[in-house]
Amino acid sequence: MVAQNFRHALFCALITLIIAWPIMGLKLTAVGTEITVVGASAFTWIAVALAAVIVFLFQLFRDKVMVGLGAVTILDRLADREPLPDEKRLRLENIGLVLLIAVALIWPFFVSRGAVDLATLVLIYIMLALGLNVVVGLAGLLDLGYVAFYAVGAYTFALLSNYWGASFWMALPIGALLAALFGLVLGFPVLRLRGDYLAIVTLGFGEIIRILLNNWTSVTGGPNGIGGIPDPTLFGMEFGRRVKEEGNTSFHETFGIAYSSEHKVIFLYLIALVLAIFTAFVIRRLMRMPVGRSWEALREDEIAARSLGLSRTGVKLSAFTIGAFFAGFAGTVFASKQGFISPESFVFLESAIILAIVVLGGMGSQLGVILAAIAVTILPELAREFSEYRMLIFGAAMVLMMVWRPQGLLPMRRRHIKLKAGG
Amino acid sequence: MQDLLYFCQQLINGLTIGSTYALIAIGYTMVYGIIGMINFAHGEIYMIGAYTALIAITGLATLGIAWLPLVLLVALICAVIVSSSMGWAVERVAYRPVRGRHRLIPLISAIGMSIFLQNYVHLSQGSRNIGFPALIDGGFQLGGDESFQLSISWIQITIFVTTFICMSALSVFISRSRIGRACRAVSQDLGMANLLGIDTNRIISATFVIGAALAAVAGLLLGMYYGSVDPLFGFIAGLKAFTAAVLGGIGSIPGAMLGGLILGIAEAMTSGYLSGEYKDVISFSLLILILLFKPTGLLGKPEVEKI
Amino acid sequence: MLEVQNLSMRFGGLLAVDQVSLDVREHEIVSIIGPNGAGKTTVFNCMSGFYRPTGGKILLDGKEIQGKPDYRISRLGLVRTFQHVRLFNRMTVVENLMVAQHRHLNTNLLSGLVATPNYRAREQKALDRASYWLERVGLQELANRDAGNLAYGQQRRLEIARCMVTEPRLLMLDEPAAGLNPAETRELNQLIISLKEDYNVSVVLIEHDMSLVMDISDRINVISQGRPLATGTPEEVRNNDEVIKAYLGEA
Repeated sequence: MVAQNFRHALFCALITLIIAWPIMGLKLTAVGTEITVVGASAFTWIAVALAAVIVFLFQLFRDKVMVGLGAVTILDRLADREPLPDEKRLRLENIGLVLLIAVALIWPFFVSRGAVDLATLVLIYIMLALGLNVVVGLAGLLDLGYVAFYAVGAYTFALLSNYWGASFWMALPIGALLAALFGLVLGFPVLRLRGDYLAIVTLGFGEIIRILLNNWTSVTGGPNGIGGIPDPTLFGMEFGRRVKEEGNTSFHETFGIAYSSEHKVIFLYLIALVLAIFTAFVIRRLMRMPVGRSWEALREDEIAARSLGLSRTGVKLSAFTIGAFFAGFAGTVFASKQGFISPESFVFLESAIILAIVVLGGMGSQLGVILAAIAVTILPELAREFSEYRMLIFGAAMVLMMVWRPQGLLPMRRRHIKLKAGG
Repeated sequence: MQDLLYFCQQLINGLTIGSTYALIAIGYTMVYGIIGMINFAHGEIYMIGAYTALIAITGLATLGIAWLPLVLLVALICAVIVSSSMGWAVERVAYRPVRGRHRLIPLISAIGMSIFLQNYVHLSQGSRNIGFPALIDGGFQLGGDESFQLSISWIQITIFVTTFICMSALSVFISRSRIGRACRAVSQDLGMANLLGIDTNRIISATFVIGAALAAVAGLLLGMYYGSVDPLFGFIAGLKAFTAAVLGGIGSIPGAMLGGLILGIAEAMTSGYLSGEYKDVISFSLLILILLFKPTGLLGKPEVEKI
Repeated sequence: MLEVQNLSMRFGGLLAVDQVSLDVREHEIVSIIGPNGAGKTTVFNCMSGFYRPTGGKILLDGKEIQGKPDYRISRLGLVRTFQHVRLFNRMTVVENLMVAQHRHLNTNLLSGLVATPNYRAREQKALDRASYWLERVGLQELANRDAGNLAYGQQRRLEIARCMVTEPRLLMLDEPAAGLNPAETRELNQLIISLKEDYNVSVVLIEHDMSLVMDISDRINVISQGRPLATGTPEEVRNNDEVIKAYLGEA
């Protein structure tokens, strides 16, 4: 047994060297028109060697290490905590929610412009992740082209404003509905497919939309994108220094305060906040409604769900469409925040990030997803020197989560329903 | 006459690309046939094969070795060893621990792996695309006139011949060798094969290694054919190869070959007659249409829903 | 009420079910028995719409229903259980029952979002019905437990309760006693009879447990190798030479 373990450990260490050494240790470098191979720094060599040693030791003492890991149960205790009694929990939740919203409303007035901007981005990701959570977490449909609906929302606003001068408030519902319509039309044929095929097909759809945006230059501006997307207005008040649209007034003049570019940023943040809260609220309600239950039923056992009279297509389509709707929402806000959009913002990687948020937070769990969205967006900003490692870490985290904690960091907790005593 | 020549040219180009798709598709189809999951990271393994081959070629050139057969052989061996090891490691780390769980879990793990590997190469080798030396250049004219020449290049011939050799070797291996027979048994019924004393873990590992090795071959060939590599090189190619696998009938090895060739031709025709920009759109549309109307593919077995 | 005429089902070269006929009247328990692989579950799958039969007719109140999609057949009041229990494992026991009642609920999205009185009333009614059936099958203590965490016998009962909350006309039970101990089987026996007596449901039963079948069935159909072998009351079937030869003798 020991000898076998030793051989296996040695083999694993060797494999580690093989997969790490050439790619990390030998860097292809262009010198003029020629390319040469340059050995990496001593640090890399040591790191590769160290990795091999670690793999060797881990494999050698695998059983003991795994037992040790099993003893780390802090997270489990967090997850498997006894649910509080309903009334108490409700009260606590309500207080917490009110406090949270109050803080979220007030804090932008005390921090820097950059922080507010980042917070807006976080809120956009929260909307996206909550929407995808419906599709992936609740309905169990792996949608890898989710970013396409985000793009539909963003481009709808950009095009409407460019060609017909539509305002943010007009574009918001149109963008979301159009995204939902896209979800409906695209979803209808593909939702019959099995889970893994569905993943690939949605990925294909996402790519098709991006390629079309990139190449339909006459309408979408191709890779150059569309600029000049207007900021939202507050009852016809603009936030710019000068009024652009005729008939509008300017915010700072109306209130007789000095112009500040921060007003606009804060206003946009507040809009995003309201929309994110709206999204969370609506989805929370949906989860507890018949439609939400049928999503989960279909995820758990499609055949049983059908045997009880649930139409597979109808249920899946509703999840897909509602998910797309909120992506369209987020897309409109995004377009308004950036003022400029191009196909580059809607690549597969973006879908992968949103998926990572849902997976890390805990599929189905709203609180988990919101926290994960905050973490995934803010952490790379805090540790800028590591920001290029962001996607590497995401990828690794997705694998690790699936292996060790597929239910996510903060798994969904089921609501307890009190039945009448004695039936 | 000229139209016909043009058509033939597109056909040759399509068959070239298609046969490399077929090589990559084998990896998808074998893994799917055995454990029923889409190995999303397979495209990245192919990309790593291409990078390794390029590193080997450049390294040899730095050492002053330029005898073509030796360079190709060394590049091929290096690529196959690194990619196979990668395939083996990926299965051990990301797939084996989640095998048998809810079907979304291995898939998400695979996507994570794919992102990880892409960025692993990105961080180690940079994100720019790097020129791949055209080791085998030249070709010959098959006919035509002043305005259009039907030509076939040596690299295209190399691709055909190599693909043919690999596929034949694979077929012999699957039908004759012990591991090949075990592979077939495992793909019929994993649990039963296990009961019969087949070490299914070993067979699954072997499947990943074989698929990765073929992908590495494709990496070297396509690297030379396209003339450059970058870390995203594997993503689209992987999707195309997956399409090929589905087109032919996932789980079926002859299907993967057929699917690869059809897809290659469809793409070449789109590039030749419409625009190169839309060739990806065509292959994705083809994938979607196939899945909608004949999800079992051209050569796949129909599946009866088990209740 | 339900009539199956010359039902055939072919998978490629395999004729799994060949000319099987069956009729179920109101207020009746009909059993299908036969050796393993005789095609009993395939008959069920055709009746519940999971398979589209390759031949024959299935009539409900004289109207053809064969080949209709499964969820439509279920909405006509033909509901089934499965040989291997199929629950929504990561949902609670109550939620399992609520899902089943979606047709009795107000599924309009808007009325749900603003919780109209009608929506709330229907939701409450469904909860009451769920609660009633949980008590009936002895699971009310476990109402908020995840269904996947129940013991096997409890899962079986929950599956039947989940069918019953849909208020079906005909219940199809696929080997409900499989994996149950003798005490549990007796309870199940009682439950099935009560479904017929007290809730006016007809039952079609596939079962291996002969004592259960003989005890509670009004009529029995025997199939062997996809073909009908005999049909009649338990007494008749028990004394049928062919059945004894082909089925009981073999066992």
